Amino acid sequence: MKDAGCHTEAGGGAVDTPLPRLALAGSPNAGKTSIFNALTGLHAKTGNYPGVTVSRFVGTIQAGDRRYLIEDLPGTYSLDPISPDEQIMVDVLDGHLDGEAPPDALLVVVDATTLRRSLRFVAQVLRRGLPTCLVVTFTDEMTVRQGQLDLPALQQALGVPVVRVLGNRGQGIDDLREQIAQWPTWPTPALPPPDDPAEADAWAESVLSFARYRAPERHRITQRVDAVLLHPLWGTIVFLAVMVAFFQTVFTLAAPLQGYVETFFGWLSGVVTTHVGNPWLAGLLGDAIIGGIGAVLVFVPQIMLLFLLISLLEGVGYMSRAAFLMDRVMSRAGLEGRAFVALLSSFACAIPGIMATRTLPSAKDRLATMMAAPLMTCSARLPVYVLLIGLLVDPAAQWGPFGAQGLVMFGMYLLGAVSAMTAAWVFKKLGDRTGPLLPFYMEMPPYRIPSARSVLIAVGDSAKSFLRKCTTIIAVTTVSLWLLLNLPLHSTADLRAHGVDPGNDTAVSAYVADHSYAADLGHLVAPVFDPLGFDWRINIGVLSAQSARETFVATLGQVAAAENPDEPSKALKAMTYTDGPHAGLPLFTAPTIAALLVYFAFALQCMATVGIIRRETGGWKWPLIAFGYLTALAWIMAYVARTITALLAG
Amino acid sequence: MRAVEASTGSTGRLSGLPPGSRATIVGLADGAPPSTARRLTDLGFTAGTPVQVVRRAPLRDPVVYRVKDYDLCLRRAQAAHVLVRDAQ
Repeated sequence: MKDAGCHTEAGGGAVDTPLPRLALAGSPNAGKTSIFNALTGLHAKTGNYPGVTVSRFVGTIQAGDRRYLIEDLPGTYSLDPISPDEQIMVDVLDGHLDGEAPPDALLVVVDATTLRRSLRFVAQVLRRGLPTCLVVTFTDEMTVRQGQLDLPALQQALGVPVVRVLGNRGQGIDDLREQIAQWPTWPTPALPPPDDPAEADAWAESVLSFARYRAPERHRITQRVDAVLLHPLWGTIVFLAVMVAFFQTVFTLAAPLQGYVETFFGWLSGVVTTHVGNPWLAGLLGDAIIGGIGAVLVFVPQIMLLFLLISLLEGVGYMSRAAFLMDRVMSRAGLEGRAFVALLSSFACAIPGIMATRTLPSAKDRLATMMAAPLMTCSARLPVYVLLIGLLVDPAAQWGPFGAQGLVMFGMYLLGAVSAMTAAWVFKKLGDRTGPLLPFYMEMPPYRIPSARSVLIAVGDSAKSFLRKCTTIIAVTTVSLWLLLNLPLHSTADLRAHGVDPGNDTAVSAYVADHSYAADLGHLVAPVFDPLGFDWRINIGVLSAQSARETFVATLGQVAAAENPDEPSKALKAMTYTDGPHAGLPLFTAPTIAALLVYFAFALQCMATVGIIRRETGGWKWPLIAFGYLTALAWIMAYVARTITALLAG
Repeated sequence: MRAVEASTGSTGRLSGLPPGSRATIVGLADGAPPSTARRLTDLGFTAGTPVQVVRRAPLRDPVVYRVKDYDLCLRRAQAAHVLVRDAQ
């Protein structure tokens, strides 16, 4: 699955010699990614650099009459690494990465509006001595803001080719392709630029004055908008309003879309069930396979919508403002402002949250955020909470002016947020024991209107990478769970012998579930969950929820419906322990429900999340750590909740 | 370059300047961790560069600075490593 080598791109034509390799370097916000997308036409492969949590993007491009491999290096302000993930990038450039030669040529992307600062980076790149071409972006914005730059003079001063590209409009891409085709003839500077800061500054000033550079004036709209959006009072109000709107959009727009996906797959599995004669095969096809695919696809509308909002806010420039406003709060957990966006998205779903950690420059922050994200109350927990709180709290109960059910629900959200921050803090502390502490810095780009193209690409990419990497893992778990719940097979005679009417589907499915391998498993794990007050039926629910939380509601609903099809919630309340020391006593007591609620708040019962952590970290280590620590924590906290509730309830 | 050079006017730390003020960077404090000092240099906080304090976050940290024609925010802890003179 892992594109470790990234050299396997076969391409269309018969290429015998390896393709020339280009690398795209530049600072964040310089427009690197839109140039990469424009050059590769979206045929990029993503993977991970070996050993670090840094995503690697490699694509192929056509320039002149041959093809090239092009790598989009992580955005950086410096080639003087201060962290292991920056070191990897420098290793790629210097050819120190295992089994890889340095790239044949470099494209350095600089934003014309920040040229004075960017020349320091350009100097560091030129000192590498590789054939280099400077790609200047945002010259349109520079001109609007009364800036000035003579590109031919800049080319002369630097001694390397200079190309102007407006990535989001696609202007200049053809010039760049033409330039790439001539890379073996690119001139290199006669003298490498100086490295000493004072000399480098002097070199940069001489280059700028030779190129008749006049820095653009400050962006007036940005100044005016920031005066409001970063104002202590108005800024905070707007921030809260944006967050509320963010959630409203995700829940009110995504929920019906997810409903359609569910309805469609429900219908499809119904069609299969009615048209396939063998009930067991129909179940496997309809419930396990179609249901499994549906369980994956149901996340897609929400992921795409979240990424649409994130990339819009990011493209406009509001994300760095939100991070600026929240940095102080996040620093309490040892994280920085940018981690806020990832944790916020995790309120809807941990998957886009974990994917959004890519914006964090520090690998330690990324890991700490990924370990914390599954604790945020995602939308899959909501139906489980609704069911359990409905059993636990009388709907009429009031605590002051508030309904008690609503308060408990709020408490569960708060529990999620506080535990996530605590978990992030712990993982950051553990991570910080090794390696240097990284300074915090974040550029505040001017407000810009994002191009529809770049937003749509971000949305499409997120859906694609989710589907590609998660389909297998979820499909396999769903099918195996279904098999566990539906094997061994029972013959009609067998059913009759046990007093089950083979014509009554509900009774049959209840009997099959009760006598399945999963039930055996439910009994097998009973010693583990006994202290929490769970019986084997809850155990089946908890185990089946292991692939996706909402399954719990369906499983318990099935069990309860078998006993009282008209009022399943009444049946749940009336359920008693069937065996063991508590036989005959009510099953869903306050302590048991509290333990279940807390168990669901902490446990990592989502194979999609495990899959995406594996994808983002490029290995099994971190998903296993997340799974292990969250499951253990869930058990301990559930035990604590049960004990406390038992004491309070008497 | 990390030592404080002799300069006219009083020197202070960038973190001590109120929003709206301007100053010239003298260098980086001796106590700055080497990796932080190297990165601040690469971000444009070099001796002789003019710097402006743009605004402070509502919770007072971090602060946006304008240096070498762009806006960058730093936490107080990092800004304290930058020495400035001629603040106004």
